[in-house]
Amino acid sequence: MTEHLKMDQVQPHLLDETGQGVLSVPMPRPEGPLKVTGRAPYAAEYKAEGMATGVMVRAAITKGTYAVDTASVEDMPGYLGVFTDKMVRNAAQGTMGTNPAQMGDKILYLGQPIAVVVAETFEQARDIAAVLKVDYTEDDDAVCDFDGVSDWPDSDKPDQGDLDQAMSDATFTVDSMYTTKPHNSAAMEPHAALAEWDGDKLTLHGSLQMLGYNRDEVADSLGIDAKNVRLLAPYVGGGFGSKLGMSPDCVGAAVAAKALGRPVRVVLSRNNVFEMIVLRTATRQRLRLAADKDGKLLGLGQENWQSNLPDEPMAEPVDLATHFLYGGENRRYGQHVAILNRPASGSVRAPGEAVGMLALENAMDELAEKSGIDPIELRLRNIPEKHPETGVQYSARSLAEALTEGAKAFGWDKRQKAGTRREGEWYIGMGVASAARTNILMESRANVTLNPDGTALVQTDMTDIGTGTYAILGQIAAEMLGLDPQKVTVELGDTDLPKSSGSGGSWGAASAGSSVFLGAKAIRRKLAERLGCDVEALRLQDGVATGGNNRRPLAELMDAPITEEGHIEPGQTDEDFHQAGYGAHFAEVAVNAVTGEVRVRRMLAAMAAGRILNHQTATSQVWGGQIWGIGTALTEAIEHDPRTGHVVNNDLAEYHVPVNLDVGDLEVMFIDERDDASSPIQAKGIGELGLSGAGAAVTNAIYNACGVRVYDYPATPDRIFPHLP
Amino acid sequence: MKSFDYVRASGIADAQDTAGRIIAGGTNLIDLMKHQIETPPKLVDVTRLEMTEIEQSAHSLRIGALVTNSDLAAHDTVRRDYPVLSRALLAGASGQLRNKATTGGNLLQRTRCPYFYDTTQPCNKRAPGSGCPAKEGINRILAVLGTSPNCIATHPSDMAVAMRALDARVEIESPNRGTEMLTLDEMYVLPGDDPSKETVLEAGDLITAVHLPQPPKGKQTYRKVRDRSSYAFALVSVAGIVDVEDGKITEAALAFGGLAPRPWRDGAVEDVLVGEAPSDALFDKAADVLLQDAQGFGENDFKIPLARRTLKAVLAELTGVTQ
Ligand SMILES: Cc1cc2nc3c(=O)[nH]c(=O)nc-3n(C[C@H](O)[C@H](O)[C@H](O)COP(=O)(O)OP(=O)(O)OC[C@H]3O[C@@H](n4cnc5c(N)ncnc54)[C@H](O)[C@@H]3O)c2cc1C
Ligand code: SF4
Repeated sequence: MTEHLKMDQVQPHLLDETGQGVLSVPMPRPEGPLKVTGRAPYAAEYKAEGMATGVMVRAAITKGTYAVDTASVEDMPGYLGVFTDKMVRNAAQGTMGTNPAQMGDKILYLGQPIAVVVAETFEQARDIAAVLKVDYTEDDDAVCDFDGVSDWPDSDKPDQGDLDQAMSDATFTVDSMYTTKPHNSAAMEPHAALAEWDGDKLTLHGSLQMLGYNRDEVADSLGIDAKNVRLLAPYVGGGFGSKLGMSPDCVGAAVAAKALGRPVRVVLSRNNVFEMIVLRTATRQRLRLAADKDGKLLGLGQENWQSNLPDEPMAEPVDLATHFLYGGENRRYGQHVAILNRPASGSVRAPGEAVGMLALENAMDELAEKSGIDPIELRLRNIPEKHPETGVQYSARSLAEALTEGAKAFGWDKRQKAGTRREGEWYIGMGVASAARTNILMESRANVTLNPDGTALVQTDMTDIGTGTYAILGQIAAEMLGLDPQKVTVELGDTDLPKSSGSGGSWGAASAGSSVFLGAKAIRRKLAERLGCDVEALRLQDGVATGGNNRRPLAELMDAPITEEGHIEPGQTDEDFHQAGYGAHFAEVAVNAVTGEVRVRRMLAAMAAGRILNHQTATSQVWGGQIWGIGTALTEAIEHDPRTGHVVNNDLAEYHVPVNLDVGDLEVMFIDERDDASSPIQAKGIGELGLSGAGAAVTNAIYNACGVRVYDYPATPDRIFPHLP
Repeated sequence: MKSFDYVRASGIADAQDTAGRIIAGGTNLIDLMKHQIETPPKLVDVTRLEMTEIEQSAHSLRIGALVTNSDLAAHDTVRRDYPVLSRALLAGASGQLRNKATTGGNLLQRTRCPYFYDTTQPCNKRAPGSGCPAKEGINRILAVLGTSPNCIATHPSDMAVAMRALDARVEIESPNRGTEMLTLDEMYVLPGDDPSKETVLEAGDLITAVHLPQPPKGKQTYRKVRDRSSYAFALVSVAGIVDVEDGKITEAALAFGGLAPRPWRDGAVEDVLVGEAPSDALFDKAADVLLQDAQGFGENDFKIPLARRTLKAVLAELTGVTQ
């Protein structure tokens, strides 16, 4: 049986009535011990009988055509083959469900996968790939840099009102240009695939976030029926968007395995990950704010310039949160996407907000400074009653609480005027920024099985990319069925299991969580029937059912396991309410007066994301967001050679993610909230909310410390010290 | 990776193998081999040789070539008498790397110029005559002093900068030239016409030790400016040793990292300082001399003013002048 719910109406708070008390508490991830002891295998760690190893060959030119000269390597030790068939240009975009561009002999960026070399051992394959002769014909019309774009495509975003007029009517205005460099997801586990064929059927161990879509992408790329593809990804070592879409290693491994008639494993090198996998586009952003004498916004504008390869169905939604965060009658947006010969742009954690909120929240800080209004007060004054563009009502929105309660906990009242607090060689300052991230519910299915012995099983093709899916799905089932979470087994990451939302867009917990909730709810109904009570009166606790005047252990109500499928779909509440997670980020930084080096001393995040399912995993997500905020603010930048588009710093020695010492004390607090419109479990996404605005709090703190406004990210020392005395 | 032979040296003679390539900690060489930037046909593992001791004599400290960066940084005598060296070591790489990295290997590590690391790119250092894409490309971390039209790479070592300030000498056992003691300026060569040649060492030459003369008088410090607080190479670094007596600077030794193809030391800078009373104006004069021939290549222009600021702050710290 399937318990199906289309989210057309707000739902009762059933999870506040169940009494097991294992949800909304901190609980460690059950798979943690497996991971730290090496017993949770990642894609590259599987071995298959007779397996060969493939290595990707990267294009050495920026634009043109190529042909590989197989004869140049055929005699090398261990050689098994060089394959170019069906090669995809880059990873698929999230939720694409179809093949990424397949270019034949065309090259559009330096580092594009052009072949997979297969040998008996990894070392041999790597050597062959290095020696393989490739004949290139180069085109000389590559454009690799924003400065080389002669015609920026027009934007088709509609205006609301007249922003120019508002700017001239305003008492205070801000009109600033910000730039951000491209970012890499830098997940710890590089992408990897092990492909095995059995006749027409392909089994592939991969490192992927959304198996349902990925299966379609693999099948479409290979030209086979999706029914013949089984994907397995029970453990994934971080994704951050980079594994939303199927990656080139999957196709390379599958094509080679088919041709050779034996299993083939392809693991991307770190350099490959920087080129063949989507990265976040560089942006230029023009921010305009027009405010009256009280700091109330009359209008705002956010126009952006970015790039991608041709035919990529994705643009960084830079202004995503700007549409609904603050009021103001007159609004203007613009998005210009140029085609550049650089690696494809795509989703990297919090697409849109990660960079759009830097500029918006810096501009708000500029406005606060100009108008002399405290940055928190300024934000409070501009919280709109209804969505300022659609007029739709908001669902739960605790932005004001996050700002004020966060400020209290952080000690915001100790903030001084910019440039006035100094400790030895260091300027000290505090900054704040709002956080907002649109909430999304996706269709998702799961099977829940309750056994007479009081154990349960949850099964779905959902992934756990280090986020805590195993933990929260087990907790939801345990809470609903009145069990210790230890008694619930969760099986994930296999396309043979019911199709889920996958991990992405911060929708996994609420979507997959709702499907488990629904499956368990159906089981509750059956148990109530058997107990002879109304389901409303049923109480399940510690393996015992109580209801009406009855009290029976589960074993007495069941002689066989009960399995129910839960199936959630988004519905009318998505139209009737604007749903988002909100929050506030606070940062205290020290800026070195000699060198301009910045140290983040402490950060505090006050987050409101509906029901918090597990305070430990949720806190970890927000920590990750804060650390990403530090990275985007201070250190992370992909450098493209402007002449070739080449990713110059294509490793983790020179692409600087924050190290431990860059991260000061991190504090996280949650605003207690239920979002009735979001899902039957009243939870919203949190993983990306933690990043939204976090970097802006850091750069706003830099301004408060030393009076230097950061317009070009990241704020490395060379962007700060020239402006210091 | 290319296949290669491996031999384990059991004596110095084995190590002096002109057909082989010495491997110590391997933290740099193995990376270079994986990328096939270096493709030695034979590796000579010297890690079993007796070069792991730090020996103190009346006039010097002799550091065996195999002493790890971690051990050297933690050595009591080094911490007490040569703190500039200890600090420089601890400012380099990461704890894991320092546990593996050796004194000899650190001296001979190769540049981190990103074009050098990518075999799809031209690079005069890796493929002589192919060109230098860094000069007009991404050169934020590259050199502003001692460059040549053919190469603007920096030497990445922190340790060597401190050793340069300490007047260290490198003990070399050469199959052709016998035992040699070279200063770092004698050992490292500037890029000139052939950036692939970084030192005067020849195939088979073995670094056996580094000698530090008696501890210098005065205060010592190492200051490193970098893009993140740890695990990043220097944008600019300064190793400073300055002695002040009766209000005058009596001795000064200054070496710089992140600025040049080798640890950079310029006696003229020290000449400006010695005999004078420390002051902000004097420090500016010293910086003027250091940077008079400095040339930026666009992205790395900032290193010139940053070097001035860092040098002045180091001098202020060592002389007690408040800026
Ligand atoms: C990510 C990363 C970050 C780093 N950051 C820093 C940093 O911030 N600062 C810094 O200073 N360093 C840094 N390093 C470099 C590190 O210090 C060097 O890799 C290390 O010191 C090299 O020592 P090794 O013993 O491993 O040398 P190996 O890799 O074994 O050898 C390096 C070279 O020295 C030669 N060699 C070794 N021993 C001898 C000998 N006795 N006689 C003759 N030749 C010899 C080898 O043939 C080879 O050419 C970093 C390295 C990495 C990978
Ligand atoms: S600076 Fe030197 S190492 Fe870098 S590309 Fe130019 S020649 Fe090669």
